[in-house]
Amino acid sequence: MLKVHRDICGYCGCCVSVCPEGALELIDAYLSVEPNCTSCGICAKVCPLGALEVVNEK
Amino acid sequence: MKSKYDVLIIGGGPGGALAGKTAAEKGLSACIVEKRQAIGTPVRCAEGIGREALHEFIEPDPRWISAEMHSAGIVAPDGFFMKLESDMAGSKVGYVLDRKFFDRELVWKAAEAGADVAVKSRAAAPIMENGVLKGAKIEYCGKVNDVRADVVIAADGVESKFSKWCGIDTTVPVGEIMSSVQYVMADIEIDEHSTIFYLGNDVAPEGYLWIFPKGHRTANVGIGISGKKSGEGHRAKDYLDRFVKKTFPNGKTIEYIPGGVSVCRPLDCTVADNFLIIGDAARVVDPLTGGGIYNAMYTGKLAAEVAADCISKGDTSKKALMAYDKTWRASKMGKAIERNYHIKEYLIRQPDAKLNEIIHSVSKMNLKEFSTISLIKEIIRVNPKLMLELGALAASLR
Repeated sequence: MLKVHRDICGYCGCCVSVCPEGALELIDAYLSVEPNCTSCGICAKVCPLGALEVVNEK
Repeated sequence: MKSKYDVLIIGGGPGGALAGKTAAEKGLSACIVEKRQAIGTPVRCAEGIGREALHEFIEPDPRWISAEMHSAGIVAPDGFFMKLESDMAGSKVGYVLDRKFFDRELVWKAAEAGADVAVKSRAAAPIMENGVLKGAKIEYCGKVNDVRADVVIAADGVESKFSKWCGIDTTVPVGEIMSSVQYVMADIEIDEHSTIFYLGNDVAPEGYLWIFPKGHRTANVGIGISGKKSGEGHRAKDYLDRFVKKTFPNGKTIEYIPGGVSVCRPLDCTVADNFLIIGDAARVVDPLTGGGIYNAMYTGKLAAEVAADCISKGDTSKKALMAYDKTWRASKMGKAIERNYHIKEYLIRQPDAKLNEIIHSVSKMNLKEFSTISLIKEIIRVNPKLMLELGALAASLR
């Protein structure tokens, strides 16, 4: 699943623009991740700050 | 906010503001909804704009001009510095804005013209009836209200969602998002009237690093790198931190601004029934420079003009609104985007040695017209063999 490191995130929306599923949304200063996220990791790659991480589900 | 408008505009940046102002001036009822708590913040922009581009929409005002630019400089990968000056030395070629106040001014002008404005108001979903857009569900302080409109204009920026909800794919390819970070820095040694661009694969892979002065000893220092070059340990922030540590070790960062800028081609189609898409949301950013302020204002104004015309004729179908899409594509802006997309595609494929060679060939340039295209033309003039490398594109540059 996708983990948002909220202490690192700058709430800029860069990730939202590249999400092929439309699973991310920037709601004012909150990044929401919808259940249709496939953990593809594109957002984590492009994040300018490194605030997103795909972690294995346990 | 009323429950019905002629035009509903989603987003209160420069594009949305021009759309709202223009719609109101045309006698339409219009409302601009902005999800943030304040117009103008947070800034996600390097704030540069050309002189002519700004003057087309508004007369400069010291309240929102941070600095006037008289020249620009390009630093090659090997450190060689090329200065670009206007034929008229010392003349203004552009501005670095203060977007917090600039955006407010534009929205204020829209309000003055008669448009409604709502902040902390988010378009949470489109209102669709029989597959046709009829307005948007607007969330404000936990309450959701239906706001109907003859035409909805999506001006919701790089993180645009509204078009996606209407079935239009706006996804930016990973290699065509500029992953960006900028610091507003104070107490640094700079040329206060010159913008500087640093190129090179070690400095900013498939992008550039910039210093845009904001006044005395202060500047926007930022970087954009291709999303495909970004990853753990080599993100935009890593590159910028390395540069700042070396170049401005005693500078102080007074604002921290991450962001994303699309450098892809514009959307295949920027209209649907009762729907227009403008600015960053339509991906009409200049793919070479990453500049989007002018393009947003231009498409915002045009969208409202076309909407007004179609509403007066009682036909806001996709077919009728296509006049907007056709007009901007055929405009100077549309053509510049297409041409600059090809130039960008050529430049990002060049190794540092080639970039050095190109920049070394011209040590100082006096441009008749201070624009990216005159710079490119001048570079080609001194490097005629570039014409061959640029192939089909070359014809449009002669």
